[in-house]
Amino acid sequence: MSEDASSMRQLRIPTRLRGVDPAVATAFGCIILLLLAGSIYSPNFLSPDYLLQQLKVASFLGVIATGMMAVILLGQIDLSVPWVVTSGAMMACAATAYGTTGSVLAIPFGIFCGAAIGLVNGLAVAYLRIPSMIITLATNAVAQGLMVVYTGGFSPQDSASPAMRFLATGYTIPGLPNGVLVWLCVGLAAVFMLTRTTFGRSLYAIGNRERAAYMSGIDTRRITLLAFVISGGLSALGGVLLAGYASKASQSMGDAYLLPSIAAVVLGGTHVLGGKGSYLGTVAGVILITLLQSILSVMQIEEAGRQLIYGAVIIGMLLLYGRQKPA
Amino acid sequence: MNKHASGDRRFWYAQQKGTLFAALLFVAMFALYVSNHPAGFTPNVVQTASNKATLLAFVAMAQCLVVITAGIDLSAGMVLVLCNCLASWLVVGTPLQTGVGVVVVLLAGLGCGMLNGLIIIFGRLQPIVATIATSAIFYGLALLLRPTPGGSVNEDLADAFTSKLLGVVPASLVVLLAVIVVIWVPFSRSAIGRAAYAVGSAENAAYMSAMPVKRAKLTAYALGGLLSAIGGLYLTFFSYTGEAAFASGNAYTLYSIAAVVLGGVSLAGGRGSAVGAVFGALAFRTIGDLLFVFDFDPLWQPLFQGVVLMLAIGIGCIGLSRVRNRLEWFQ
Repeated sequence: MSEDASSMRQLRIPTRLRGVDPAVATAFGCIILLLLAGSIYSPNFLSPDYLLQQLKVASFLGVIATGMMAVILLGQIDLSVPWVVTSGAMMACAATAYGTTGSVLAIPFGIFCGAAIGLVNGLAVAYLRIPSMIITLATNAVAQGLMVVYTGGFSPQDSASPAMRFLATGYTIPGLPNGVLVWLCVGLAAVFMLTRTTFGRSLYAIGNRERAAYMSGIDTRRITLLAFVISGGLSALGGVLLAGYASKASQSMGDAYLLPSIAAVVLGGTHVLGGKGSYLGTVAGVILITLLQSILSVMQIEEAGRQLIYGAVIIGMLLLYGRQKPA
Repeated sequence: MNKHASGDRRFWYAQQKGTLFAALLFVAMFALYVSNHPAGFTPNVVQTASNKATLLAFVAMAQCLVVITAGIDLSAGMVLVLCNCLASWLVVGTPLQTGVGVVVVLLAGLGCGMLNGLIIIFGRLQPIVATIATSAIFYGLALLLRPTPGGSVNEDLADAFTSKLLGVVPASLVVLLAVIVVIWVPFSRSAIGRAAYAVGSAENAAYMSAMPVKRAKLTAYALGGLLSAIGGLYLTFFSYTGEAAFASGNAYTLYSIAAVVLGGVSLAGGRGSAVGAVFGALAFRTIGDLLFVFDFDPLWQPLFQGVVLMLAIGIGCIGLSRVRNRLEWFQ
């Protein structure tokens, strides 16, 4: 994308839309396209019930992708998502087994465990300068090991606390599932954090050039640490929601969330090497992936076909707008 | 003259430090393993250990080739699974049919690697995301081939490749050595291979020096696919079936990264060798097996493996204490 091309494009689009990131616009365009394509297959795809149901399913991925985005903006990556999600869910369920106090503390305890794993990641990446791709892989293995030892290799018997179930499946506002509400709160907080706080701006600065950020007085190590703690905590929150939704935790419940969360962030126009991206894009990416998975399963395409189309669509969309500048 | 030789030696040492560390780690771990094994150092123990470890060693070599160019291949495990499924259809029947089947499986792996390379180089996508997406495609293809586990393999061939040569040397180890000699040594010594290293350490500089940047990257990805395919063939030889197992594909990908790191290959690119990666894989597998000889509950295995992995990584950051200027943190 050369300078000429972008200035040409600016001439054609109305002033109101000039601030819109082309990646985010494309992602939302693809969502509409998907819905239209789905509605040709069955008119149910445009019904409010179906859309709300999709939003509810998307909220789990949305919460997890929010944490992933903070880390990707730094130019790092968090591969410990699968077992942080599972640990969060299992620990929250485990706390529930300890009477009333336990069940009150279940949700904070689950999130705390996730944040603790995130803290290990952050310390290693920020202070020991270990590449995030390796250390998060190792903490993932350790978290898995801890959970396997704790559960004895079986799905734990503890079930989710009523509060967790309420958080995932209840309705505080009629018609709006609580899961979506949680995602909304997390999302609003993320938007505020990314655009209105020094922490958020520092994330972008470090992602662009950590050396320059350090020279301009940002405590880059503290910011990196915080980003990983946030990612861990949000992954665990995602796990807590999932456990509430299924009313129990299970082994490998988090496996299905690592790659989609990275894909959602990147499809939303966030640069995978950091420093560029908006939360709106991540929202678009999350909805896009959830819709794609849902439409493929509604069309009763077999798992094999679903995976094929899923992979091809991600590559196709990235080719549309995720390309790097030519060397 | 003497000075020259010692300089050469120091250069060689600096180049091979990671590989030597991995080899030492493996020898130490394996000695510990064998000395505590009830059967002791017998051909059978070595055969079982080497059969288990070669699978990971092939995928680790595949990962290593790509990592040297500063890329990453998150689809390596899925290529292995896909080739396992393909082999369970094709590597059967008469010797001729079996032979054709093996060639087709290897070509399929090469094709998968090439697809990765083409998308990354000409589509200009980030390797992490692009290979995540292609791994979904490969898994989909594997599921198409084997919706349920099944199939078979030419058992004579399978037994030949997993047995002991002359009753002593495990055949899998010989094959591993042959693959290193046939694929890695020519690659690392060719102009393309040197270009792959150059691309890994400074892509712009390599481009400016008129090195075949694109060809080097494409070769690395394609050979990576081929090596994963050999791994897939071997998986079929052990299991006699094909299975599109999502979890095991992902595990191979993640373990291959771990093995590469243990083997002293820098994830930033341009440093390390496939021999190191192979030793990393062997060491990683031996660590997993250590628990059994010490009579621990198998439940502790994942935790133990994770902790050892973490410690091995921790050793890598000792260099940090030598940094004189804080700005060197941000390379």
